Amino acid sequence: MKRQIPLVIVFVFGTLMVIQYFVPHENSEIVKGFLLDWIVIIGIFALALGLWSLVQVSIDKINSRKENWEYPLVTLISLTVMIFFGFTSHAEDASWWGYFLAIAVLLAALWMLAQGLMGNAANRNVKSLSALGLVIVFSLLAIFDGSWEFKFYTAEGLTNQMFVHFFDYIMIPLQATMFALLAFFITSASYRAFRARNLLATLLLISALIVMLRFTPGPWGEYLAKTSSWVMNVPNLAAQRAIVIGIGLGIVATALKVILGIERGYMGKG
Amino acid sequence: MRNSFEKTRASRALLLVFVCSLLLLIVSFSTSVSAQADNDSDTPADSILALAAPAPATDLKAFDTDNDHGHSITIEWTLSADDGAGANSVISYRIMKSESPDGPFDSVGLVPLGATSHVNSSAIDKNSEGYFSDNTDYYYRVEAMTTNAALFSSSEIVGPVQSSGQWFNAGLVPVLIAILIFTILTMIFVQLAKKGMDLYVRPLAGIEAVDEAIGRATEMGRPILYVLGLGSAADIATIASFTILGRVAKKVAEYQTELNVPCYDPIVMAVAQEVVKSAFIDAGRPEAYKDDIVHFITNSQFAYVGAVNGIIMRDLPATNVYMGKFFAESLILAETGAAAGSIQIAGTDEIPQIPFFFVACDYTLIGEELFAASAYLGREPELLGSLKAQDYAKAVLLASAIIGILLINIFPDFGETFKSWFEVID
Repeated sequence: MKRQIPLVIVFVFGTLMVIQYFVPHENSEIVKGFLLDWIVIIGIFALALGLWSLVQVSIDKINSRKENWEYPLVTLISLTVMIFFGFTSHAEDASWWGYFLAIAVLLAALWMLAQGLMGNAANRNVKSLSALGLVIVFSLLAIFDGSWEFKFYTAEGLTNQMFVHFFDYIMIPLQATMFALLAFFITSASYRAFRARNLLATLLLISALIVMLRFTPGPWGEYLAKTSSWVMNVPNLAAQRAIVIGIGLGIVATALKVILGIERGYMGKG
Repeated sequence: MRNSFEKTRASRALLLVFVCSLLLLIVSFSTSVSAQADNDSDTPADSILALAAPAPATDLKAFDTDNDHGHSITIEWTLSADDGAGANSVISYRIMKSESPDGPFDSVGLVPLGATSHVNSSAIDKNSEGYFSDNTDYYYRVEAMTTNAALFSSSEIVGPVQSSGQWFNAGLVPVLIAILIFTILTMIFVQLAKKGMDLYVRPLAGIEAVDEAIGRATEMGRPILYVLGLGSAADIATIASFTILGRVAKKVAEYQTELNVPCYDPIVMAVAQEVVKSAFIDAGRPEAYKDDIVHFITNSQFAYVGAVNGIIMRDLPATNVYMGKFFAESLILAETGAAAGSIQIAGTDEIPQIPFFFVACDYTLIGEELFAASAYLGREPELLGSLKAQDYAKAVLLASAIIGILLINIFPDFGETFKSWFEVID
């Protein structure tokens, strides 16, 4: 029964979505929109699960003092601080000390709570009580410190100066740095790919040279452009189309197997 | 005395000449100005009269758009005689709509010269801009516009016309037929496989290498890193990857090797946890399963790449398996893995990423091989049957392509008809 119910759900909704593809009517679109909304709803609940997984793994690494345990600590602090800044708003011209004190108390409370939940039974009560005490201090700060307030809506949260600064001046440059690494990896990968070890690798090297040299100035530009276009539009496109047809059929076959219950790998049954 | 008199006469004559010249100048200037003023006062009226209104668009037709969700009416017309010919004065066509033939008409679209149709459509949402309801009478007219906004000509009014949604998209008939044929083929081959028919599957080096790679990791005492990619749980590539993960996890449990599955998507993480847990139970080692085997990292693309690269460089896994949907991060991950000295097996259906994996990994499953992997690993008749159906479908497509090429070149008319059988209008 535990296996059959998910299979029935997959069959019913899989078939429904296949039929929906052929029915353009307004009612069909409404049903599709309604079903797709569920992906968003499930995604939000799953995000909570994901966050819990992240916190659990990080705290486990910190508690057991595994090698490089400092990284999970940075992750947890960053996570908490960004969530806090995302949901609060600092009053203009107000002092910052109360705001930062609240963050410090919140971090300490969460740390104690996590230690209490995951630690051994001996000091669980002590840490849980400490967490409770810190939460009370945090609540008092939230009530009596007028320099900041909670804002439970995104538009205000995103205008929080600290949140925006952290995102613009830390997150985005870090992401850009990771992406920029691609340029160097392409160079190293090209070196490996274009070594003329055998006939096929030599053909690849020659083709790559033609395609790359087309962008260089010189009297050969026109001829290389024509040759390069031929390489890209005839042999390259032919091979790509073969792969695309294979992928298309593979997707249809796998979808069919999932709907019919032949493929059950996603349920943990291979 | 005489000199003085002559000087006076001369100066009077000079004064006379000056005054006459001045008068002449004033008269000629005033004549010129009045002539100019006359010209100016004539220009606007004359130019409007000189530029006649353009010829209107003709043969106006309005009808419900086919194969749609409704709220859409197609308007077609024949070009104005002054569009690209004649006075060349038509620069655009303005489509006007009303609920009454007597108006008022509102503009619902503007198309450039040369256009002979326009689709007036709206979204389903009643609050969306330009929304109009189905089963309501509408009237249309098309105005041939010139550079002068006040100078245009209207076509005849057509209507009433109503929009309505259809219950079947006739443009997708070829897709429906293809799916039916493919489903029937799959059913036939699944039944044949169940009856014991020997179905040959060509060796997939990437999948055969999985066992070897897990053995290597066991011998080296290093973990195996399994990356499910950036796809969601709804992506077929991710679903195929779950199956392969199940097989890898089972082997890992049997060999008592360490497995690490960092996830990008929380739903994928939840499913992967279930897959790995089941694999450990199947292998008879449920106690070896830990919650931190499959864990969530982040759903920010490059933050995820940074974290996985960190895992690769710190843990130095013996084997890295990349299966699923990958984008710009594919080469960053694979090159880092190559630098760490790991054996790498990759598979994706993202065509632009296949060359990157091909270059940086030891084994690469190209496109459909990713989907075939589950059948290859399981060797179950149902899965092998569907794989065979795929092969036959490919053969049918290949044969159709060859026949099409021959027909187009030998019998062009029938070739075009043959080609139209495969055309999908969505």
